[in-house]
Amino acid sequence: MGERTIIPFGPQHPVLPEPLHLDLILEDEKIVGAVPSIGFIHRGLEKLVEKRDFQEMAFVIERICGICSFIHGQGYVQTIEAVMGVEIPERAKYLRSFWGELSRVHSHLLWLGLMADAFGFESLFMHCWRVREKVLDIFEETTGGRVIFSVCKVGGLWKNVDGDTLRRIGGVLKDVDKDIRPLADVFMRDYTVQKRCVGLGVLTKEEAFQLGAVGPMLRASGVAMDARKLGYAAYGNLEFEPVTENAGDCQARIAVRVREIYQALDIMRQCIEKMPGGEVATTVKGNPQGEYLSRLEQPRGEAVYYGKGNGTKYLDRFRVRTPTFANLIPLLHIIPGCDLADVPLLALTIDPCISCTER
Amino acid sequence: MAFNVIGKTVMKSLFGKPATAMYPVIKNDFYPLTRGAIELDPANCIFCNLCAKRCPTEAIEVSRPDRLWTINRTRCIVCNFCVDVCPRDCLTTVRQYTAPMTDKSAAVITVQGPAKES
Repeated sequence: MGERTIIPFGPQHPVLPEPLHLDLILEDEKIVGAVPSIGFIHRGLEKLVEKRDFQEMAFVIERICGICSFIHGQGYVQTIEAVMGVEIPERAKYLRSFWGELSRVHSHLLWLGLMADAFGFESLFMHCWRVREKVLDIFEETTGGRVIFSVCKVGGLWKNVDGDTLRRIGGVLKDVDKDIRPLADVFMRDYTVQKRCVGLGVLTKEEAFQLGAVGPMLRASGVAMDARKLGYAAYGNLEFEPVTENAGDCQARIAVRVREIYQALDIMRQCIEKMPGGEVATTVKGNPQGEYLSRLEQPRGEAVYYGKGNGTKYLDRFRVRTPTFANLIPLLHIIPGCDLADVPLLALTIDPCISCTER
Repeated sequence: MAFNVIGKTVMKSLFGKPATAMYPVIKNDFYPLTRGAIELDPANCIFCNLCAKRCPTEAIEVSRPDRLWTINRTRCIVCNFCVDVCPRDCLTTVRQYTAPMTDKSAAVITVQGPAKES
């Protein structure tokens, strides 16, 4: 047994865009333990619900995260709508699903790029982000924002997208699909990627389930669990099956995300085909009274939103359980036994979003 | 496992058009919905204070007696809520983003409304 050394990893690290800190306990080059600490970017956004009225809060909640901003906003308004018993128009439901899936494509492409960068494949990283630009352009065209969209409101949406624009976007999505295929091929077949990722950080099906992993992390271990199957927004009317892989290693997590991009593109095509006409917002009267807990599938995994209203325009409590928080524990489980050089890759493999986690 | 799978893509980028626009010769074209900054048309404004009240970040201040409308551009998150609640439709979202600044006081823009007709 070698001498034990503790090496601090993060919160500022060349490979990590997120301020996650790990104290890595090493025996020679092998890691035997990891102690995480977070809390570098707590902003107190949940507390703000006591000071901002419930309609204004939709804009604030969106700013929890810059990647899954749309789904955070959707989670919040969906919770408040359930508390108030508001039924939103069908078109708004389809548009929410559409933008949710667009967020998934954008998030997964971002992650694939970061992953390529983490294992030193910089040209692949740039190509992934080049394709992602097209997705961001669709966001800008339909919502007015590239990162923060501000389209969700309690009772529906602020903005509608007309049929012609949607059909044209359908064409752009075909181009995106065509652009992604050669890059996906690199992730799935290339020697350098395989050499780096196959067999690394294996999480078995039982471990993934028991440790409470969510999202692609869970599905890469063979558990077919996807919160979209609950049928929120328009997902009840759309056809899809959770993407699963069985290996549970880094390569399986890459494969799940790559296949989820295709799935998201397919769901968006279905949304465009099935989208009904009509209004996208309904009038909301009164204030929320009561509580509700809703679950949504973010690109990173399942997020849980809890809201409690007291009959005034200010909420009593709003709580978000983000996917990264759930995935930190499986991360600590897969790190021991690996080499020091593998830690950045393993930390990235959960798609960490510490800004979401700390809010 | 295969070697050099990215080769074809690399060759395409080598001989194809660049993916980025040649800024500043070619400027980025914004979309009609792009939210850049909030502007006020003082002629129609009744200084009702609704925009300031509904602003999630308290970026807008309105003084009814002095007929002044002030916005702090660095506080504003361009969520468009003020534009949607304005009863006189005198607020608009322009497509151009606020220019970067070195002095924070330049972020505070004050608009003086026309004197009230008596």
